[in-house]
Amino acid sequence: MTAPAAKLTKKDFESDQDVRWCPGCGDYSILANMQRLMPELGIPREDVVFVSGIGCSSRFPYYMNTYGFHTIHGRAPSFATGIKTSRPELSVWVVTGDGDGLSIGGNHLLHTIRRNLDLQILLFNNRVYGLTKGQYSPTSRLDMVTPSTPTGSIDYPLDPIRFALGSGATFAARSIDNDARHLQQVLRRAYEHPGTAFVEILQNCPVYNDDEWIEVEDRKTKLEAALPIVDGEPLVFGPKGARRGIRIENGVPAVISLADDADAVAEGVAVHNERHESPAYAFALASLARPDFPIPVGVFRAVERPTYEGLLQEQVEVAIRQRGRGALHSLLTSGDTWTVEA
Amino acid sequence: MAARKPVEEVDQVAIRFAGDSGDGMQLTGTKFTEATALVGNDLSTLPDFPAEIRAPAGTLAGVSAFQIHFASRDIRTPADHPDVLFAMNPAALRANVDDVRRGGMLIVNSDAFTPRNLKQAGYDDDPLPALQERFQVVEIQLSTLTRKAVESVGLRSREAERSKNFFALGLVCWLYNRPTEPTERWIESRFKKNETLREGNLRALQAGHAYGETTELFPVSFFVPRAKLEPGVYRNITGNQALAWGMIAASELMERPVFLGAYPITPASSVLHEVSRYRHFGVKTFQAEDEIAAVASAIGASYAGMLGATATSGPGFVLKQEALGLAVMVELPLVVLNVQRAGPSTGMPTKTEQADLLVTLYGRSSESPMPVLAPSTPGDCFYTMLEAFHLAVKYMTPVAVLSDGYLANAAEPWRIPDVETLSRHPIRFRTDAKGFAPYARDAETLARPWAIPGTPGLEHRIGGLESEELTGNVSYDPRNHDRMVRQRAEKVARIANDLPPVEVNGPDGGKLVVVGWGGTRGAIEAAVDEARRDGTSVSSIHLRYLNPLPADLRAALERFEHVLVPELNLGQLSRLLRAEYLLPVESLTKVEGQPFRVEEIRGRIEAIAAGGGSE
Ligand code: SF4
Repeated sequence: MTAPAAKLTKKDFESDQDVRWCPGCGDYSILANMQRLMPELGIPREDVVFVSGIGCSSRFPYYMNTYGFHTIHGRAPSFATGIKTSRPELSVWVVTGDGDGLSIGGNHLLHTIRRNLDLQILLFNNRVYGLTKGQYSPTSRLDMVTPSTPTGSIDYPLDPIRFALGSGATFAARSIDNDARHLQQVLRRAYEHPGTAFVEILQNCPVYNDDEWIEVEDRKTKLEAALPIVDGEPLVFGPKGARRGIRIENGVPAVISLADDADAVAEGVAVHNERHESPAYAFALASLARPDFPIPVGVFRAVERPTYEGLLQEQVEVAIRQRGRGALHSLLTSGDTWTVEA
Repeated sequence: MAARKPVEEVDQVAIRFAGDSGDGMQLTGTKFTEATALVGNDLSTLPDFPAEIRAPAGTLAGVSAFQIHFASRDIRTPADHPDVLFAMNPAALRANVDDVRRGGMLIVNSDAFTPRNLKQAGYDDDPLPALQERFQVVEIQLSTLTRKAVESVGLRSREAERSKNFFALGLVCWLYNRPTEPTERWIESRFKKNETLREGNLRALQAGHAYGETTELFPVSFFVPRAKLEPGVYRNITGNQALAWGMIAASELMERPVFLGAYPITPASSVLHEVSRYRHFGVKTFQAEDEIAAVASAIGASYAGMLGATATSGPGFVLKQEALGLAVMVELPLVVLNVQRAGPSTGMPTKTEQADLLVTLYGRSSESPMPVLAPSTPGDCFYTMLEAFHLAVKYMTPVAVLSDGYLANAAEPWRIPDVETLSRHPIRFRTDAKGFAPYARDAETLARPWAIPGTPGLEHRIGGLESEELTGNVSYDPRNHDRMVRQRAEKVARIANDLPPVEVNGPDGGKLVVVGWGGTRGAIEAAVDEARRDGTSVSSIHLRYLNPLPADLRAALERFEHVLVPELNLGQLSRLLRAEYLLPVESLTKVEGQPFRVEEIRGRIEAIAAGGGSE
């Protein structure tokens, strides 16, 4: 694996395949940002693997000029587990969606996150099934009218970040499809995190669930609707003249108004800390949702723990150190044997 | 010391140990088997245990049994009818006595024949007096004797009671002149940290042995001389152990580490356990959250350049089918092991069957061909696994290995191969970027190149969507799809070019050929050989390759007037042979969760020979 001779560019990460998402789909922007970020990360192209399941988002690997594996519905984390466990040196990215990752693949997502393999798992959340033409997904809002719920959905939605935290995620973050700077920052953080980095990307599906996230995508409403979370900074949002903060008491968050020049921390606004050992704070933060609260965007939690593939590799190495490299002949003749003479 | 009792030489014996699942019958049987192997007999075993870890004590549902057949000549089966039944309680007697050879010996723990236990086993009265007419009944106060033997060691009475299986083992070792030293060594190391248990079990074993010599119940002991096996170094091996070792051997011979992704399931779990013990061979094992994740992780590992494998049984195999379809589509090597058990659904997890042939061949969506191999003896499991990996890599395809619950747990003496004589197939990945295309096919095998992540210049995408020839790009072109479906089928069909010619046991033409596959080999060949010795014109063919079938199989079958296929299912191979060759195949089926008895097959052979064979 030789180092690239010249610094790669975005173009180097574009495959020759025509991108086949609907016009205006949020996936385009996510793809472009990923292709832009890749050369910045400095990983040799051949060491990058994108793995996906089934759904609109899962076409992603076809468009990245890296190694790519488009697998079966919901199981991408398991394929990625096999890849990463076998070859810890590879940079393995899982691309999934709310249906693929949380419905059919919920079990794999849970267990993969809890094992803390050093993977990046990007979940494009458009709150709808796109590829199968518009049915409600596990993140769809209650009452959503879709072909399979003509009188409204009666399924309570699942929140991806809380799902990840509940599964023991060492890294959980949220970003927005059209916020290039933020998205690249979060993806970079995900890449740098040694362990499973779970990233929910709020993504617009203009065909089946248009403007689901418009409040946080639109520059005009974003200040109101999004809560940027930054390690060490108070949880403050809102435009000039309508500044507010989040106070968390007994685990219950509340919005408080702040004067433009007020010291937020002195007013009791919570200061964001990604590194709490307990996920309780991150969980409380992740429960903030519209319309009563702004939607937090940024890194909810980033703690370090040994990775699964690292521990397994260590077991192999310890076994070799203690017992010597295995030899087939000694294995076959181990235990009780007897000789039959000619 | 009194003069030793006389020793009578016999050429074969079958013994069945039976008791509660908590009585340690499997352990007793296994230790007796090890001792027997060291004497140099040929042997074959049949462990038969309930699925419940601890069924209520004393009930028929909780009976666990272990049969061993050993001889001074070549034997193929655990024997239809044991000569000796060692029954630890009335339920064990009741569940097994009908199998015992008439005139055989019943050794029973008379302490356990209490009114309560009799009732629990469904006996109104003590059955022993009546049984004395048909069998030689030996009543032993096993619990009392054991308790006495271990008295001074300080075992609590429950623990003392638990060591009675060692008393039984010691006694049977005396009766058949087997050494107790291997078991003593085992007890020493197993109970290293618990001196009381170690001493107790050792004393129970030795007391059992001494009891045989002193009691008047046994006037003679028996000896089965060493069998004339092919020269070489031998060991005992069970099917699952051989499968696990086959995986490790494949890794050594192909010079790539194995990755085994599996989910616990009876009777395949011990393959995962066994492989997991050998991390120093560089193997990686992964206990997945479910069967699907298990196979998916293995495919991921193959994609990354490992020897990916997954191990399961029927219900788990079915869950893997979609992922296996993907492996067929992306043409990656993979070995999927199915240790078949009685089904459908949960069925009888600890009982054997071979009813997953058709689901393996045809159970995936669409045209999804996969090579299928079946081992035929415990030792053959090793070689089948080697071959499965070799074919998987050579043809870039998933390969199914169909073992079964009988092979999994049965033991036989296995001649340890000289590692130097095993063929090595070091793996060469594609590294040359010049002219690389992900789906460019080898002219002879039609295999596509194996290009793994980390290789500069070979970055490419694969997936479950239909791929364009050569490039692997997504394609909906109708002609391309037609070509790709045919290429995938042709690739698997071409494996037939690699297969050895069909071997016929007996004359290669005549009145009747018995065709089998998998774990029924011993019973079929024993029946065929016996019948031929008695003058019946009959041969047999045992198939290791179920897909593709050997190219010369049709011709081989056509040289016989009748084809009989015995199977532990309702006729799956016979259906396949009829469909492939339009031959009037006759079918002998059994689905009792038990292997064939030799006499069942023999009976059908004689019926056909006598002219009345059709169904
Ligand atoms: S259906 Fe929606 S999510 Fe799918 S490609 Fe079209 S716009 Fe994007």
